[in-house]
Amino acid sequence: MYETSSWAIGVFVAFVAFVLWISYHFARRTKTAKGYFAAGGNIHWSVNGIAFAGDYLSAASFLGICGMIATVGYDGFLYSIGYLAGWIVALFIVAEPMKRLGKFTFTDAVDAKFNSKGIQLAGAISTLVVSTFYLIPQMVGAGTLVTPLLGLSHWIGVTMVGTIVIIIVATAGMASTTYVQFLKGGLLIVFSIAIVIVTLYNGLTTQPKSSRDQVFQPLPTLAVTLDADGRPQPQDPAYTLLTTASPAKGMVFAKLTHGDAPSWWHLTKDDNGSDILAGTYWVTTLAQPVTDKNGQLVNTLYNNIPITESKPIQAGHIHKLKYQGQLVQSVPNVSIAEFLEVIKESTITRFLSKTVADGPDKVTVYYQHHTTGREILTPGIKFKVDSAKGATLMDKLNFVSLMMALFFGTAALPHILIRYYTVPTPAAARKSTIVAIAAIGLFYVLTLFMGLGAMVNGVVDLTDNNMSAPLLAKSFGITLFAIISAIAFATVLGTVSGLIVAASGAVAHDLMDRVFNMKLTDHRKVLAGKIAAIVVGCIAMVLGVLFKGMNVSYLVGWAFAVAASANLPAIIMILFWKGTTKYGVMSSILVGIVSSVGLILLSADMFERYGLARSSAPIAIDNPGIISIPLSFLVLVIVSLATRKEADSSDQESSSPPARVRRAVSKV
Amino acid sequence: MQHGPATDWSKDKASSFKTRIGVWMFVLYAIIYAGFVIVNTFNPKIMGSDIGGSNLAILYGFGLIIFALMLAFVYNAICTAAEEELNGSEDDELEQEEVA
Repeated sequence: MYETSSWAIGVFVAFVAFVLWISYHFARRTKTAKGYFAAGGNIHWSVNGIAFAGDYLSAASFLGICGMIATVGYDGFLYSIGYLAGWIVALFIVAEPMKRLGKFTFTDAVDAKFNSKGIQLAGAISTLVVSTFYLIPQMVGAGTLVTPLLGLSHWIGVTMVGTIVIIIVATAGMASTTYVQFLKGGLLIVFSIAIVIVTLYNGLTTQPKSSRDQVFQPLPTLAVTLDADGRPQPQDPAYTLLTTASPAKGMVFAKLTHGDAPSWWHLTKDDNGSDILAGTYWVTTLAQPVTDKNGQLVNTLYNNIPITESKPIQAGHIHKLKYQGQLVQSVPNVSIAEFLEVIKESTITRFLSKTVADGPDKVTVYYQHHTTGREILTPGIKFKVDSAKGATLMDKLNFVSLMMALFFGTAALPHILIRYYTVPTPAAARKSTIVAIAAIGLFYVLTLFMGLGAMVNGVVDLTDNNMSAPLLAKSFGITLFAIISAIAFATVLGTVSGLIVAASGAVAHDLMDRVFNMKLTDHRKVLAGKIAAIVVGCIAMVLGVLFKGMNVSYLVGWAFAVAASANLPAIIMILFWKGTTKYGVMSSILVGIVSSVGLILLSADMFERYGLARSSAPIAIDNPGIISIPLSFLVLVIVSLATRKEADSSDQESSSPPARVRRAVSKV
Repeated sequence: MQHGPATDWSKDKASSFKTRIGVWMFVLYAIIYAGFVIVNTFNPKIMGSDIGGSNLAILYGFGLIIFALMLAFVYNAICTAAEEELNGSEDDELEQEEVA
């Protein structure tokens, strides 16, 4: 378990208090629907740009990407590149037209030309589905963060975030949300810069400190001889071989005993090619729980110690440090270029894991793997793209599909799109997007250094790499950790607030006011929005508890794929193809949702999560984007062509959209 | 209830020009991004090629981020110039409104 820090708790409480004060301050000014859903439409573009960054840099970016880089190197950085590249679509294609066409929601923009109940319903459903997919990982991330920060259980963390976010959104809607995101976006970037500066200043060493009081201890090795059955027998008589396990072809784990203490070892070779057993870390999941020293039942042990009494397993270091052609023990004060060059030339010890059965128990063994810096700084550790290493065509398609979803998903996320309504003009929408690109681009460059810094500084929690960046900060001192943890928590608050505003707009504005024609007054629409925010917030809390333990980045990948499939084809075709009909838009949104969600649920990755064999999945591809995005475009074109005449006649009969909207559409 | 824009602004005569420029810049970036994805997918070894103290993977990745920012600034400069030329004083009023 992580130790809590009163300093960290203090910073956290101060931050939350400030956020609630912001909400109280803006609540008095938020009386109209325009004020609630679009912050009055008068936010300055520079503030909105940083708020964009606050909206976008969610738990998946700060925690997920840094954690992924810390474990798989460059492949994690590919997410950073894809997430940033998506803003190009937002800037060049979506920003100004969205501002010109819409009022409060994504649906406003796609429906501006048609005024169709069908599009309003499809758009609202799409907003709710994408927002929900995006909300789940944020809430799960909140629970994960609060545990080490405040020593509270996961569900309390989720409830706490849910409650604070409901207060933020229900009091002042988009106004308070904007300033919370502005604050969080700015702080995140400033303190990420601080972490990178300290990382570079400390330099690189083969003997890192994972905290001020925890100095790196290399894992031991034992000389062995292989017996007639190929089993490793330790040469040291103090150790006795109990059993061996082979989780994969050519891989052997050995369970030894030293006195009464069992331990797991990995059979490998030393630099001279001799067989050795290398020490490992291991997590045991017991079939029958044991009682810890406080009398609590526990079924998870870290290296034989109940999880409630054990420190987290943190590891990862430089195995051979090469600087200017020489093997050295440390290199102080490196520049950005030197940092990357030294890592490229060195060898890094990463930890891989395999699970084996030990009687009725399951043991996950984390064993050392010496990886060259060159491998770490090139693609291929996570994404199997190299045919020479056995990558199949499907592996390559999965990779292309992911990069496609990241590129096209950003400009279709409802909580991002609604931020275009908070600025006064289309030009301000464009400028705020540019500020966002600058801020987000800078942050994503920093993720590479934070991730690699965590990888080589002995701080990666082997059981949950999401905490890599905060734990890197902790290795530099508790103050930086306290601030970074509070910011990480704010990261979740900011993004969840934006998502709840988007979902609240979909319910109150799209569904109640427009689809169901409830003719709400301005005041009642704000009230409906607040009630919707409370309901959506409560649902998010329940989902956050139910999905505990599910991979955060994985769920965010879903949201991007669903958004890119459901929303982007409609936005782009409305802007650039005059033949688009309301039936085409409706079909495209619905087919985009159904195909992307359906493909995800039937994928091999999901079948593995259901506990079924990957080979039994009917769909071999894991990321749906490469199928569902083109399919959504295709459906829009085919349906639009098929309904062109009908649409023309119904358009003539229907009431005309507002003059400004007609003018805006005709311009693009 | 009307669902047009939440705020009012003057007619933007530069709109269609900005849209054209935006599409061309998007296509340019999309080609370079696609090149990155294609090289990573079909010839990942090339990404490990040394370039100075770094390698192609790092430089191409950073390059995509920096290029996005450069394009964004160029796009904004072109759009702002077009707005000033085509919208004239109306745009100045808009800027004043924004600052206010």
